[in-house]
Amino acid sequence: MNPLQKLFPNIDDWGEIGRACIDTLLMLGGSLALTVLIGLPLGVLLYLTAKGQLRPMPKLYAITSLLVNILRSVPFIILMIVLMPITYALVGTKLGIRGAIPPLVIGAAPFFARLVETALREVQQGVIEASQAMGASLWQIVRHVLLPEARGGLFAGITVTAIALVGYTAMGGAIGSGGLGDLAYRYGYLSYKSDYMLVTVVLLIVLVQLLQMIGDRIVARYGRR
Amino acid sequence: MIRFVDVHKSYRVDGKDIPALQPFSLDIADGEVFGIIGLSGAGKSTLIRLINLLERPSGGRIFVGDTEMTTLAEPALRAQRRRIGMIFQHFNLLASQTVADNVAFPLRLAGERDAGALRARVDELLARVGLTAHADKYPSQLSGGQKQRVGIARALANRPSILLCDEATSALDPQTTASVLELLAEINRELKLTIVLITHEMDVVRRVCDRVAVLDAGAIVERGAVADVFLHPQHPTTKRFVNEALPEEAASELAPFAQVPGRILRLSFRGDATLTPALGRIARETGVEFNILAGRIDRIKDLPYGQLTLAMQGERVDAALAALREAGIEIEELHR
Repeated sequence: MNPLQKLFPNIDDWGEIGRACIDTLLMLGGSLALTVLIGLPLGVLLYLTAKGQLRPMPKLYAITSLLVNILRSVPFIILMIVLMPITYALVGTKLGIRGAIPPLVIGAAPFFARLVETALREVQQGVIEASQAMGASLWQIVRHVLLPEARGGLFAGITVTAIALVGYTAMGGAIGSGGLGDLAYRYGYLSYKSDYMLVTVVLLIVLVQLLQMIGDRIVARYGRR
Repeated sequence: MIRFVDVHKSYRVDGKDIPALQPFSLDIADGEVFGIIGLSGAGKSTLIRLINLLERPSGGRIFVGDTEMTTLAEPALRAQRRRIGMIFQHFNLLASQTVADNVAFPLRLAGERDAGALRARVDELLARVGLTAHADKYPSQLSGGQKQRVGIARALANRPSILLCDEATSALDPQTTASVLELLAEINRELKLTIVLITHEMDVVRRVCDRVAVLDAGAIVERGAVADVFLHPQHPTTKRFVNEALPEEAASELAPFAQVPGRILRLSFRGDATLTPALGRIARETGVEFNILAGRIDRIKDLPYGQLTLAMQGERVDAALAALREAGIEIEELHR
């Protein structure tokens, strides 16, 4: 008996854990990319249309803001179940990585959009005024002033969102989306194999730590003030 | 030429109109340095922002050159704004961009894509403001004076005909203020640029401005050539600004003149009159005696001036005063 088997008597296939890791990373990568793609413009929209900002549109802001708040107030596990028909319509399955990505994105994009809105509000009003005085158009201000000036905050927001998504992917395991959460749920919880639980939890902690470290480095590198 | 015709501005706060600027008309000539002085809240920030329409007037018309700014649609307005440079109290540079990229920014906004042309223009601008060595630094690595020089280079990038200065030296120490003002005067001379600046310091007006308007609670209460306003302020607010610039002069006004024998006079000399020994000669000729209570000699922009407060007594004081006026010296009687 090798020492690994002694420590984790129930784990006979480490390859399965490896595959679960890869599944989690794929879900994370795919959903994070789409979350940023949707959440960034949504956050810019929230910022621009808010009262006293560059294009105040109180009604549009109120509607967008309400939608974002609704999606953010539904617990993710419930959101996943509620969204099942939509998920099926979008990707043709409710299971696996593909089935996990739509609810992950719909859950995380509004969250990220708020972080984007907050980060943009940190941009000095004077800098925006200066670019208006230089004859910049709205698009030029967004593209060349707001986003570059807020990039430290935006990268920090991506980091926070990525870590939230790790938690969401693990929850996805409960309804058959695969990945580390799936292992922990099926073996660790339903079959009382606590060594599975331990290994997956440790792996998730390592993943979160890594994400935070990478995020902090990027913020330090690009968040120049 | 910048021309305001019956312009006024009020802000709507909680359904009520709060007036920020009383109706006024004002012409600013090409190539002059025009100062607008006022306390904070007097409306000077609003006034300067009306020129490039960062603030829209509630009524009236604003012309820059032949263009009526208030009628322009958005794209035309943006094109006009590129012809009007602006610098700010807090510099408002892009923190995420280098000095060179900050200066290139307005050129890129205007559609310049050619890297060689951009670099050449940026180098030229940085050389003008003396920052060639700092091209690759970030704003956070610069001093306040250097940041304002970047702001000036950026404002000049698209070869504007007008430069707006929004409290451009208010965040700077006295030495840095002097060097930035010198740079502005140099730009005005060499590029024939019209400069409009707002400030709360009379000293800034005295050093660089040709004409000045004094703003008090949203109204222009006094305007004219800087020398006239500075040497003979009329409105209480103007007097306060002048006294702040001349603390010793202010103290002499408070002195108990009643106890000083003779007539208390303030003599103002300008230009050539400053340099001729008129006072001594006339005193000798008329036999009056004088006692200097306060005085200073300085410059208003390029014009040397002197101001003396003195007590004069003797038989022929009136004859002496007439002779002094003859010699081009302005006289005010403070106390008799």
